[in-house]
Amino acid sequence: MPDSSQVKDARRCSVECGTPPLRHFSQSSLALPRNSQSLRTFCTEHNMQECLSYIKQEVSLLSLSPFWTELDDDSQLNVVAVLNCMYDLIQLHHRSLRTLENMEMEQLKLSSYVDNLKTNNTHLKEEVELSKRQNTGLLERERQLHLKLKSLQSSLKNEKDEVQKLQNITSSRACQYNHEMKRRERELNKLRERLNQLLADKKERKQTIDLLNNLGRADGKRSLWKTEKTEAKHEEEMYRTLLSDYELRQRELALENKELRKVMQQIKKEMVSILKSRKLALKEEKQELNGMQTASDDEENEVFDSSKESLELFCIHAREKLTNSIRLQWRRLKSHVEKLDSQEKEEMDRLKLEIQQCKDFIQTQQHLLQRQLSSPIDQDSASLQNDGLMLQEKMRLSEEWKSLEEQRRIFERERRNYTEAAIRLSHERKIFEEDRALWLKQQFLSMSPFGNSNQPHLLKSASALLITETEVGSLNASEMPHECQSVLVSQKSRSVSLTSSSTDDLESALCLIPENGSSEHRKSELFGDFNSLHENVPLRRKQWKESKDLSSHSLSEENSTA
Amino acid sequence: MNFSEVFKQSNQLCKVSPDGKYLATCVQYRLVVRDISTLQILQLYTCLDQVSHMEWSSDSLFILCAMYKRGLVQVWSLEQPDWHCKIDEGSIGLVSSRWSPDGRHILNTTEFHLRITVWSLCTKAVSYIKYPKACQKGIDFSTDGSYMALAERRDCKDCISIFVCDDWHLLRHFETETQDLAGLEWSPNGCVLAVWDSCLEYKVLLYSLDGRLLSTYSAYEWSLGVKSVSWSPSSQFLAIGSYDEKVRILNHITWKKIVQFEHPAVIENTKATVYKEVEKRPAEVRDEFSLHNVTMDSTLFSTQSKYEICSLPVQIPAVKPDPDRANPKIGVSVLAFSSDSRYLATKNDNMPTAIWVWDMQKMSLEAVLEHTLSVRCFLWDPCRPRLALCTGNSKLYLWSPGGCVSVQVPVEGDFQVQSLKWHCNGDSVILLGKEQLCLCYMDTEQEEKLNS
Repeated sequence: MPDSSQVKDARRCSVECGTPPLRHFSQSSLALPRNSQSLRTFCTEHNMQECLSYIKQEVSLLSLSPFWTELDDDSQLNVVAVLNCMYDLIQLHHRSLRTLENMEMEQLKLSSYVDNLKTNNTHLKEEVELSKRQNTGLLERERQLHLKLKSLQSSLKNEKDEVQKLQNITSSRACQYNHEMKRRERELNKLRERLNQLLADKKERKQTIDLLNNLGRADGKRSLWKTEKTEAKHEEEMYRTLLSDYELRQRELALENKELRKVMQQIKKEMVSILKSRKLALKEEKQELNGMQTASDDEENEVFDSSKESLELFCIHAREKLTNSIRLQWRRLKSHVEKLDSQEKEEMDRLKLEIQQCKDFIQTQQHLLQRQLSSPIDQDSASLQNDGLMLQEKMRLSEEWKSLEEQRRIFERERRNYTEAAIRLSHERKIFEEDRALWLKQQFLSMSPFGNSNQPHLLKSASALLITETEVGSLNASEMPHECQSVLVSQKSRSVSLTSSSTDDLESALCLIPENGSSEHRKSELFGDFNSLHENVPLRRKQWKESKDLSSHSLSEENSTA
Repeated sequence: MNFSEVFKQSNQLCKVSPDGKYLATCVQYRLVVRDISTLQILQLYTCLDQVSHMEWSSDSLFILCAMYKRGLVQVWSLEQPDWHCKIDEGSIGLVSSRWSPDGRHILNTTEFHLRITVWSLCTKAVSYIKYPKACQKGIDFSTDGSYMALAERRDCKDCISIFVCDDWHLLRHFETETQDLAGLEWSPNGCVLAVWDSCLEYKVLLYSLDGRLLSTYSAYEWSLGVKSVSWSPSSQFLAIGSYDEKVRILNHITWKKIVQFEHPAVIENTKATVYKEVEKRPAEVRDEFSLHNVTMDSTLFSTQSKYEICSLPVQIPAVKPDPDRANPKIGVSVLAFSSDSRYLATKNDNMPTAIWVWDMQKMSLEAVLEHTLSVRCFLWDPCRPRLALCTGNSKLYLWSPGGCVSVQVPVEGDFQVQSLKWHCNGDSVILLGKEQLCLCYMDTEQEEKLNS
């Protein structure tokens, strides 16, 4: 505790005798805080020894003179040495403060220098940008000037060439003029000489002609006096020549025109036909368009078919229309051809692909076949034989199948006829039954004392019609039963639903009739026509059955072979 | 192909009669008339001076011989050798003389083109036509011989007079829109008159028979213009050859250009055949020869040549004309249609060794014939599409659609073919040298085989 107070006193002492620098330093932020509390926190009464040892360590580290004697115990401290030590420390502190201040100064200087540099840098960058821009601007100007220079040079060259050309022309013209001038001068001189000669010459030789005898005219005719008539005749002849020439030319041109028009129309027709055939093929795809096009085509065709032969197509309007229509058709044709080409290409590609696939398939098949063939030989021949037999069988069967198909078709037809006949027959039967009922009724009634007057009346009721028909029918007995049947059917306008009657029903229906036929001759007559049918029916039925058997047989065969 | 023997002629005066039976030649001051098939001399006439111009009348009965220096024209009759006719122009001089289409009038152009005197052999009457124009082609008769068109110049303006040849009645007289009329030509159907300006201005005018201007055509300005003009025999086309080495074809319906044929120095990109004349080396002279053995046989020294087909591109040798001279040797100077109007043969003056044959149906180049020497003369066969040409050597060249051939003229001595003329039936060609002439009979059967 005394030490601490000593220490405190020492400190206070230092404070009191404080030199201005100390004060100054003390003002700095780096000075120790005048907080005595920190002193107390470091060293307390309890940890004095530790503090001391610590301080000793630090001092030794700082290489200050020790303030303690080794021999002494911790409790004994050399005050002078401590003061010295403290003084050293203070000096040290001052020194460090100074260096700090220096460093701070340096740092400020440096930072200001850096700022300065930065501003300089930005300035310089801006300047560089500006100069770059200026440079590009100048380059652009230079380029433009170059271009201008080139164009000016070329125009100069052109001008020079033209000047040269004009000079050449002028020189040649000058040459020509000079030549001409000289020639004329020479001629003039000759004339002058001649004139002089003539003036000098006394004897003038006159023009003379000496003929042995006059010749006759080339065409043998007499020459005519020159009168107005002859002049008029000459004029007339001249105009006639001109006119005939014009007429000839016009005729030729008209012929040519006609030929060309014919050719044009032919072309147009052909193009239209090509387009139409094309359109039929593409009908499903472009119905609307087609409709429009065909309509317009038809329109045009109408227009031209009407005017083609009748008028001579002298009007420009028709001619223009024709040429326009041809142009239109030609364009359409072109587009169609292009489309066709593209389609063809696609198809070609597709077909090629298919061919390739088929080829591959064939190859694999061949491969397999070869493999099969490469197996033992006895199997080979048997299989071959089998194959041959199979093929033969197949062929025969296909033929039979065809024939059977035909027969089936015939039978179908017959069956239809039968059903119709059956239906009719049923009708007849019904009517007959009714009739019979009536007749029985009548009989019954006739047996009774009343109702005789009703007989003829009743008789006429249903079968009267039939009687007339049978008469008709008998007339046509020789004809096919179909016809009278049709007559009967037509008379009865009852609609009958043609149910698919089985053969049994038909048979029963038919069997019924021969039973009843014997009683009524009328009915026999009526059904006599059906007899022929009956006769045919069993035959056909037989055939049909046979065919059925055959077909079944063949079917079975097929089943066996398949 | 047969060649006749060589006969003498002077001044390239050798003409076949229009009916094709006789051949008239002038040798100095003599007029010799031969039978064409036998070449026997039928008649011999003597003129007063060296003949400058000789012409058959249209009915093949009379021959006109003009002597320009003396100003005399003598007419001879074939039927009556005793008949004579002499026209003396006197002091006024004579520059050209021609028959009228009816064969009974003679038109003499006086010196300095002062006037044209029309002499009638039927009545001895004289008519005068004043101030005809002195130009390349100032006078033309229509094909049927009924009209004559004459270019005149009055008051520094060009005009045209149309006369009826029957009685020399002036039918029409009209001014033309030309600066300096160079020539005029009737169309073969006699209804249109083509008139063209001098080379200083490219202008072609088309007038109807009654004097109306139908159309004007001008391809370009300032450069030298029209050099040659030719109608197709069907009157459908008018070919105009100009100094810019091009031929322009006008059609008779609209009188507008339908196609333009160019003559480039390098031929490429065409379906035409290019024939090039290739000379074979002459036969080697034997080592041993003495003066006796050496024969002055021209065949020993002349070179054989044949046509070879060249593959494209082909370069045609072109000669650059002298720019300081007038009427430069450049441009299409000669145009010739074949008789069926199917082909057109042209010659470009700065490529003088080449003849260009154009197909008028296809409107494209058909063939180009290139030779070793400049082509001097080329003419179509009057009956079929066959072209005969000569280059001043001793060969005759023939082209037909089937091919072309060069034939050596088997004549002793130095015979250089300067010009040629076809017989009117196309069976023979008259080859004219400097002082000689020779007939070449075509083997028509062979030729037809060649053509087919």
